[in-house]
Amino acid sequence: MNLLFWIGFAAMLFAVRKQRVLWPLLALGLLLAFNYFFTPGFFDLDVRGGHLYGQRIDILNQGAKVMLVALGMTLVIATGGVDLSVGAVMALAGTVAAQLMVGHRCSFAVGVLGAMGVALLAGAWNGALVAYGGIQPIIATLILMVAGRGVAQLVGEGQIINFTDPAMAYLGNGHFLGLPFTLTLVLVLLVITYALTRRTALGLFIESVGDNPVASRYAGINARLVTFLAYLFTGFCAGLAGLVAASNIKSADANHAGLYLELDAILAVVVGGTALTGGRFYLVGSLVGALLIQTLTTTMYARNVSADVAPVPKALVIIAVCLLQSEKVHRYFRRKFPKRPVPTEPVVAAAASSPSVPS
Amino acid sequence: MADSPLLEIRGLGKSFPGVRALQGVDFTVRRGEIHALMGENGAGKSTLIKVLTGVYHRDSGDTRLDGQSIRPGSPREAEACGISTVYQEVNLIPHLSVAENICLGRQPTVFGFVRWRAIRERAERALRRLDLTLDVSRQLSSCSIAIQQMVALARALDVSAKLLILDEPTSSLDEREVAELFAVMKKLRGEDLGIVFVTHFLDQVYAVCDRITVLRNGRHVGEYPTAEMPRLELVARMIGKDAAEVERMNAPAAAGEAPTGQPLLEVTNFGRKGSIHPLDLSIRPGEVVGLAGLLGSGRTEVARLIFGVDRADSGTMKIGGEPVVIGSPRDALRHRIAFTAEDRKVEGVIPNLSIRENLILALQASRGPWARIGRAEQNALAERFIATLKIKTPGPEQLIKNLSGGNQQKVLLARWLATEPRLFILDEPTRGIDVGAKAEIEKLIGSLRERGLAVLFISSELEEVVRDSQRVVILRDRKKVGELAAGQISEHAVMGMIAAPAAESGAVLHPS
Repeated sequence: MNLLFWIGFAAMLFAVRKQRVLWPLLALGLLLAFNYFFTPGFFDLDVRGGHLYGQRIDILNQGAKVMLVALGMTLVIATGGVDLSVGAVMALAGTVAAQLMVGHRCSFAVGVLGAMGVALLAGAWNGALVAYGGIQPIIATLILMVAGRGVAQLVGEGQIINFTDPAMAYLGNGHFLGLPFTLTLVLVLLVITYALTRRTALGLFIESVGDNPVASRYAGINARLVTFLAYLFTGFCAGLAGLVAASNIKSADANHAGLYLELDAILAVVVGGTALTGGRFYLVGSLVGALLIQTLTTTMYARNVSADVAPVPKALVIIAVCLLQSEKVHRYFRRKFPKRPVPTEPVVAAAASSPSVPS
Repeated sequence: MADSPLLEIRGLGKSFPGVRALQGVDFTVRRGEIHALMGENGAGKSTLIKVLTGVYHRDSGDTRLDGQSIRPGSPREAEACGISTVYQEVNLIPHLSVAENICLGRQPTVFGFVRWRAIRERAERALRRLDLTLDVSRQLSSCSIAIQQMVALARALDVSAKLLILDEPTSSLDEREVAELFAVMKKLRGEDLGIVFVTHFLDQVYAVCDRITVLRNGRHVGEYPTAEMPRLELVARMIGKDAAEVERMNAPAAAGEAPTGQPLLEVTNFGRKGSIHPLDLSIRPGEVVGLAGLLGSGRTEVARLIFGVDRADSGTMKIGGEPVVIGSPRDALRHRIAFTAEDRKVEGVIPNLSIRENLILALQASRGPWARIGRAEQNALAERFIATLKIKTPGPEQLIKNLSGGNQQKVLLARWLATEPRLFILDEPTRGIDVGAKAEIEKLIGSLRERGLAVLFISSELEEVVRDSQRVVILRDRKKVGELAAGQISEHAVMGMIAAPAAESGAVLHPS
């Protein structure tokens, strides 16, 4: 079983050997290998009641929130911006759902729609400030990052609201096809994001605006709309993650839901290969980045590293991954260890055999 | 030692992934000479300079300065060897003073504290060497571009330079400023410096250079004493054609009859405060209208107004007889107006996207984000334009930033041609690109006209405007001062209108 896992992983690495996502995936593989050899019980898998349980499954389940948020965050960062408010929007969405379903006895559907509506509103607010108000993204989203939790407190009347709705509990704790349902959510959102960006021209526009906003405007692209949509979509992702967070603990906690999650999400995106300066983005890379971060966290727990010092090894691994991706470091190693002289006619072959990376 | 070369490069080679930028290049500079380094874009001039200044590292060959083999690993190391460079775009820090800019990175200090008086004195001394006196405590950005260029030069000379590299220093200077720069260059030549001069202007080469080295496609073509090299032959060497062919290229394109009939574009009393005085202008289908004037005369401003980058605050605009309001480039695109901007880097290329993506961008923008152009159609478009415009690239997936200036410009032209425009505004389409690509772009302008497009052509090179336009509109000090119709166009006539009250024209350099 484990052998199969490693073969699969190696095959995955081989498949992406020419793509950006290779580096975070490689780092993830190394980290898993470390746990395989040195952390007892890390690779145990149980089947209970038709569902899979184990550390690796936990990673997928626990990492889901960051993965959901990271998908939206990738687009925002690709436009050259950043969204600091995602954690607060999660808290807001969870509280709205709870207040509707518990406080006002609405149905599950109404609760979810209300929560997502508020999350979209928050995204629209951010997007409007950045795209149409011309406010720097950090400042613009800082507003909701700080105020969002306050609004959530008001909505929840300062209480932690407990759920009983079974559908709500299923979101973050249920199983689908033997795996946590959150994984399905992530995959569905990935497909949606991919379709929205790569099956339309939005992805191209986002990359273009992030790479050179002036030239994009001159080319006739509606840069403002593109930027606005990126923030709107991130609001949507944060809303979804907020519902999962609330479901995880079967209650809406305006103070702690999604706390510091914006930082993990930004980190996941950067580790995944999307530059903070904007331009090219890598959706799958961001998901791998999120998994890497979650694996690190879980490794700390599994090895009984105290929560106070856990950030230190985490930071070291992140630095290593970022260095792995750096062009400068690549160049340094190429100069230090030249492999072979540049072939005379590499041009046509290289261009033909390296199709562009879609995500 | 009298005639031993200062700089000797033998068999220099440098490759980038997919491109052999330099191959077996020889280059020799003697003391006390001004040596022109010439070649088309993509010939390898900038790569050679970057290897010399330590930005790139050579793959093969040898570089000797004063007989000693050197291999600078960074611009700072190159400076320490005595190689100083002044780049095309002044790369100084605008908000610092002149003195700070000259001494930046090598400030004299006592116990870690900067000695400001020493800095000022040193800066003044450096400028005096260039026969320039000016208040060195002035903020650099308050000086004219020409003065900034001189400051950059002073900075380069402040280290004890033996070899000075001037990389297109004249591209943003006017005639008088160029003359002053040349005087300084000749003075420095008298001080036994070796000067490498990179420029696209033939006149300038013949005005100051002692020798010429020509590169083409990363190879060394030859080294010639300027006095023994006829211009035509030099051009021929650069573009790798024989002299007769060049002669034909230089012959005025038989600028066809000016078409009559309804104008495609018609603006009346069209202007914007602080940018351009209200003017009238019309362009018919199948007509190239040239826009001539000095730098800062308002040429680009007219283009920006028509394309909707800026909004006009007076006047009206009609396209095909219908009154329209264009408030953004998107509006312009909707009316099938195309515009390639003057500043390719800032307003044109999306550097980290591929040629294909850059090329389809405007067409995609015109169709909106939801109707994505299929990959097959994208590929077909890219292949087609790479072939018809002869874009030199390994393939459509190459990032545009890896192309030379001329090829980038072609991609940008293709971006707009793909939208099948009715009006094409070309703002300095030939700036900073090589002779061959220039000729191709001029040819393209002719073919656009024949296909019935209306073209507004802006260029600071008069011969181009005269050669390619059926009508020329002349601007001076942000005003339209006249118009020349088909039979009247000549360089002389255009210059006459530009220069009319020469005494008033403000393009005079002097430090105040």
